[in-house]
Amino acid sequence: MPKLTVDGIEVEVEDGATVLQACEEAGAEIPRFCYHERLSIAGNCRMCLVDMERAPKPVASCAMPAGDGMVISTKSERVKKAREGVMEFLLVNHPLDCPICDQGGECDLQDQAMGYGHDASRYGENKRAVSEKHMGPLIKTVMTRCIHCTRCVRFSTEVAGVADLGAIGRGEGVEITTYLEKTLASELSANVIDLCPVGALTSRPYAFVARPWELNKVESIDVSDAMGANIRIDARGNQVLRVLPRLNEDINEEWISDKARYAIDGLRRQRLDKPYLRGEDGRLHPVSWDDAFAAIAGRMKKTKADKMAAIAGDQIDAEAMFALKSLFEKVGSPHIDCRQDGAKLTAKNRSSYIFNTTIAGIDEADAIVIIGSNPRIEAPVMNARIRRRYLNAQIPIAHIGPELDLTYPVENLGDDMAVLEALASGKHPFAKQLKKAKKPMVIVGMGALRRADGSAVMALCHQLAEGVGMVTADWNGFNVLHHAAARVAGLDLGFVPGKGGKDVQGILSAATKGEMDFVWLLGADELDTDMLAKPFVVYQGHHGDKGAQCADVVLPGAAWAEKDGLYVNFEGRVQMARRAAFPPGDAREDWAILRAFSETINKTLSFDSLNELRKQMVAEVPVFAKLDEIQPAKWAKFGRTAKVKSEPVEAGLDEFYMTSAISRASETMAECYQANQAGKSAIAAE
Amino acid sequence: MSIQTLIAEEQPEHFAFDKASEKEIKKAISKYPEGRQASAVKSLLYIAQKQNDNWIPVKAIEEIAKRLDMAEMRVLEVASFYSMFNLKPVGKYYLQACGTTPCMLRGSDDVMRCIKDKLDISSGETSACGKFSLLEVECLGACVNAPILQVNDDFYEDLDYQATKDLLEALEADSPPDVGSVMGRQGSEAEGGATTLKAAKRSGKKK
Repeated sequence: MPKLTVDGIEVEVEDGATVLQACEEAGAEIPRFCYHERLSIAGNCRMCLVDMERAPKPVASCAMPAGDGMVISTKSERVKKAREGVMEFLLVNHPLDCPICDQGGECDLQDQAMGYGHDASRYGENKRAVSEKHMGPLIKTVMTRCIHCTRCVRFSTEVAGVADLGAIGRGEGVEITTYLEKTLASELSANVIDLCPVGALTSRPYAFVARPWELNKVESIDVSDAMGANIRIDARGNQVLRVLPRLNEDINEEWISDKARYAIDGLRRQRLDKPYLRGEDGRLHPVSWDDAFAAIAGRMKKTKADKMAAIAGDQIDAEAMFALKSLFEKVGSPHIDCRQDGAKLTAKNRSSYIFNTTIAGIDEADAIVIIGSNPRIEAPVMNARIRRRYLNAQIPIAHIGPELDLTYPVENLGDDMAVLEALASGKHPFAKQLKKAKKPMVIVGMGALRRADGSAVMALCHQLAEGVGMVTADWNGFNVLHHAAARVAGLDLGFVPGKGGKDVQGILSAATKGEMDFVWLLGADELDTDMLAKPFVVYQGHHGDKGAQCADVVLPGAAWAEKDGLYVNFEGRVQMARRAAFPPGDAREDWAILRAFSETINKTLSFDSLNELRKQMVAEVPVFAKLDEIQPAKWAKFGRTAKVKSEPVEAGLDEFYMTSAISRASETMAECYQANQAGKSAIAAE
Repeated sequence: MSIQTLIAEEQPEHFAFDKASEKEIKKAISKYPEGRQASAVKSLLYIAQKQNDNWIPVKAIEEIAKRLDMAEMRVLEVASFYSMFNLKPVGKYYLQACGTTPCMLRGSDDVMRCIKDKLDISSGETSACGKFSLLEVECLGACVNAPILQVNDDFYEDLDYQATKDLLEALEADSPPDVGSVMGRQGSEAEGGATTLKAAKRSGKKK
């Protein structure tokens, strides 16, 4: 561990650290444009120059390895002059268009020019102009502003694993562009906007919308997938304008997916802002809350408890599910389910439905088998972590399911479940690699678990995990990859059929046969709603999506950004999403709607505030007591041994951009979907 | 320079290396250790350019990327970095005129003026007949025999206005003259013939 002196302060840094890191350790602030902790070192902006004793000229601290006995000065007159020189060169070709630049107010160049810039330019020639580049519907380019730090190129190559971005030309003629100006085909593409230290790459949907100082910033959680990425929601007035990632080393580091970032314009479209009741004419008419409640209560009174069912959707907060579950307990119906996709998971054993290894644990894994999942679109940021693990250690990764491009080499073992049987019994060659590995992982996706033979798959996974020694005192390699943000919380709460209760398929098929008379959909849209033609359907949710279309009564709820709510990510980590705006019109928070309704049927729920609800919820399910923490689950047996079926294994999702009511209502996501489809068909045509 | 100005508008639908190129490619790749085959990218671009009338189509870039297991963008980056790679079609005779100081002092301006007079093209342009393209380049490394005009792979040295004119006329008639110094000097010896080591036997062939 080298010891060095920075501005008279002695610091000790880890082997392999750079002088820049040592300077930061010593509390010295080093300006930089190209250097980024999570990307490779380029050393091309020269802004981080520092003085090093015995060096004839200032050195770029980001690219200089820290050595024992170095004496660094970051505040000398020469350093200041050198940086001023670098800044002057950077500004030679940088336009003076801050007033019309979206980066204004949060621009590294602007900020650092305050420290190292001159008040006037000595450059009298014409500035260089660069044509705009097409990078797809999310990234707006003003390439004249580019200072060629190549952060975006390194991000797309290294982290996103899509080497479409590059620098063409040389010298003064260098330009950043995608290959032949194709759309950047990555689910993480918009992170380059955050990385860009200037206004060259800015957000297209957010162009000229707001200035950073006008925004209210709320720290929240993303629900577009089940990873629970930490985000910051920026709102002005009552409008959610943008989403940015928040640093959380254990989950998303500092990236988020494009869907997490850009589906928010869906919060403004197709919203349910009034209660609706289906009239005699078969159409939905706006009514008052009282009338809507009265209609439901009237219907419920006529219906036997055994003929009532409730289904919870994919983006529902834990509190709402708890309230609905309590309501149905009071009513006396066992037919409740949160597994909309029909995954054969049980709520009994927590280790059987969470991502036991944890996301950070991927950094230690040394063999991975993925079954029935496409992590690239089901959890893009986590997929980037698997990619990084592969790049660092070239671990063997195998996949059972369709051929996929996961941005790292994957051995496709075929899409036959029989392969899993062979793996579990140790006969498959890859089983040996798993056995040899010290920390092997299996990742099971919904594509494998929503099959009719899902519990047999679970049993095989259990057998595989035991067989190759995946579960030890300090390692649990069994992982379920959810893509619905609400699912783990639902299972934690036990939002599954009670004694004699029907699951989602059971409810739907009973409904088609006329044996189910009343169905309460809590934000559940990912269903075959044609099967709900016969029963009386209550849809409680925020978007006029599939569920609302088949409903007899619509109760407008708040979307995730409009309420405080607990979500449990697929690791089993409880996190709180916070309110950034208020729900539109008469829409209310879901728990409050359920509490108010319970009174009209004289089954009043025993909480009057969100705090009371949470207290009860924690008393019943202690997991919710600890926020932001991993709570390891005890390993126990799960699954039911049976023969697996021969039908091909699918991935959990086959499309990234439009997967929920919010993203389906989003224009930006629709544009991305089209661009993506166009890209796919162009490849297919070749 | 957007991508539209960088690469040719009309691109061939296919590109495949021919037999001679394949042999060269094998040789080029074998120079580098296993797993480092991407180092051969410049060689392959050069081979593709030679095979394809002195320019590299997009399909060739994609083919090279596939062979060397590189991203297409990485190959394009290299191809666009070097001025020696043409991403647009050029004439049958690709003229590279050196304009760096020694050549300029020895009259490269006359060479350029002659080309302009004769073919009416400036640097980066192709003549109306399509036979000639001109690029003004930096030092070609033959300063002792300045000024230099490179025609495809060959150097013509010691040019002046008239000599350039004669050369262009000969090329127009598709009968390129002997390469080397137009004033007939041997190697880089002094203009008036050898001044030292006169007794030593010449190893080179006299013109």
